[in-house]
Amino acid sequence: MPTKIHPALIGFTALVFIFLVGPLVIVLGSALSDTTYLTFPPQGLSLRWFENIFAIDAFRRTILTSLQVAVISTFVALLIGIPASYAMSRYRIQLPGWLSTLFVLPVLVPELVLGFSLLKNLAFQFNAPIFLSLIIGHTILILPYVIRVISASLASFDFSIEEAAISLGSPPLKTFFTVLLPNVRSGVIAAFILAFITSVNDVSISIFLTGPGISTLPIQLLAHMEQFFDPTVASVSVLLMVLTVAVMAIVERTLGLTFLAK
Amino acid sequence: MTKPLSIRNITAHYGQTKVLEDLSLDIAEGELVSLLGASGCGKTTTLRLVAGFLQPTSGSITLGGKDLTKLPAHQRDIGLVFQNYALFPHLSVADNVGFGLKQRGVSGEAKTKRVGAMLERVGLAHLADRLPGALSGGQKQRVALARALVIEPPLLMFDEPLSNLDAKLRVDMRVEIRQLQRANGTTSVYVTHDQEEAFSISDRVAIMHAGKIMQLDTPENLYQRPANAFVARFVGFENLVPMKVVARDGAQITAEAAGGVKLTLSLEHFGAIPDNFVLACRADGLAVTDNMAAEGIPTTLGLRTYLGRAYQYQSETAAGMLVANGLLSKPLEPGSSAKLVPVPDQCTILAVE
Repeated sequence: MPTKIHPALIGFTALVFIFLVGPLVIVLGSALSDTTYLTFPPQGLSLRWFENIFAIDAFRRTILTSLQVAVISTFVALLIGIPASYAMSRYRIQLPGWLSTLFVLPVLVPELVLGFSLLKNLAFQFNAPIFLSLIIGHTILILPYVIRVISASLASFDFSIEEAAISLGSPPLKTFFTVLLPNVRSGVIAAFILAFITSVNDVSISIFLTGPGISTLPIQLLAHMEQFFDPTVASVSVLLMVLTVAVMAIVERTLGLTFLAK
Repeated sequence: MTKPLSIRNITAHYGQTKVLEDLSLDIAEGELVSLLGASGCGKTTTLRLVAGFLQPTSGSITLGGKDLTKLPAHQRDIGLVFQNYALFPHLSVADNVGFGLKQRGVSGEAKTKRVGAMLERVGLAHLADRLPGALSGGQKQRVALARALVIEPPLLMFDEPLSNLDAKLRVDMRVEIRQLQRANGTTSVYVTHDQEEAFSISDRVAIMHAGKIMQLDTPENLYQRPANAFVARFVGFENLVPMKVVARDGAQITAEAAGGVKLTLSLEHFGAIPDNFVLACRADGLAVTDNMAAEGIPTTLGLRTYLGRAYQYQSETAAGMLVANGLLSKPLEPGSSAKLVPVPDQCTILAVE
């Protein structure tokens, strides 16, 4: 028997959908506009604002920097986050309760404050290179997300499965890779995507840490907007969205498949 | 292949809490011994110590003469069956069973063959390609059993393997486990809190309490001749009456309980009786009669409950509150006077502790 859906529910769903997708449509529309100013609906269709991104040297360089920073800091965060989440789930009883809170504390600190203090300490005090400061800053920013997401997927993992593998002769470290990781695969992928997106889109921390010669895409975008109000802003946004979706797809494919192949 | 297990003077702590105290246990080759007790008695701790997941504070564990105490868990070569099955969710039934073989370098044809034969034995050959998520509880436990047996371990250990199954399946599975264990002749440790389960499948049962083995014996001996008050209560001797011998007369003795109740007991049935002892009787071991001329413990009957095979009475006596069963054909009213007559077959003698 088909369930009857209340018309109001359909209407409400549609509203939420428009609310979520609407801005994206406007951005995409504006990016395709042939005008020299931001407008929606687009007047005339043109890809010249996309060409413009690559024509401007600063955009080309910052796209590359953003990708490098995002990939490296995401891997560093996973490298720290996976073992940390594992330890906190596996030894939950033995470890103090505040430890898991400690790992998510950076979320509670306003990003601007975090960015400023990193600038003061890393850049001024230790004279750290800009690129390294960016990696450190982004790793701190995304680590809480990585730990939260992976901890959540570990929460449903039954550690007696790990003991079963060990009792069958699999050494603990090997068990971690062959038994535990495949079972939290979806959590790792989710953490990767979330961390990557957060890093690529970050403004508040990067704005303090970027400097002469090295900038990230959102910061370059901000700088560009201060001078021009052309649809390049929209086309860069579209590019960011495409990039994000592409990374999600790649991660899902590669990470997903290699984990499946044990 | 199978080997005897010897646990010597094991003491274990969780942090500051002592969970096992100077525990020793010898299990002969091919024998199945159950560790039976309430939660927190140390039975699972004992199993985890032997498996290598916990380290004892002192003492040693040897399997067939080989010292396991310091050996890492993955080198101990012990087959484990867990309460919640602990199957690998991402591997098929066949790969689950083959996991231990793979660690032992068995692969290809040889592995497929042994996995197939094992699945055949537990009746799951047709499910080899399924993932564990698609199996019922009973099937999962069969896979877990197959996975532990296929590596032909010198020792098998079961951690409450049936407690997640429903009552009917539990009985079927324990018969199956016993048959497989007998067929392979594998030395086994079986942890459970279910007395019927332990008694039905074990060669010997260790009844545990507060980190100690209270008694290790055959199910028959435990059931009929408990060594102490704890075990007596555990196996259903509800009534423990302290008594003192007042007269010995050849094959009989006369003993007196609190309140001056006198009973005559036959040495032929109970064996030697010390001067001070505890008479332990099941509810069935105290027959309720309204014949006040009978030799027994005088009582005023209290609450009467219906058990199906008998009526049970909460009976107030000079020796304390006792539980006794009376005939269905002759229900007695609460509040009336009666005598509780010990039935020797359902009673035993305990030393005073």
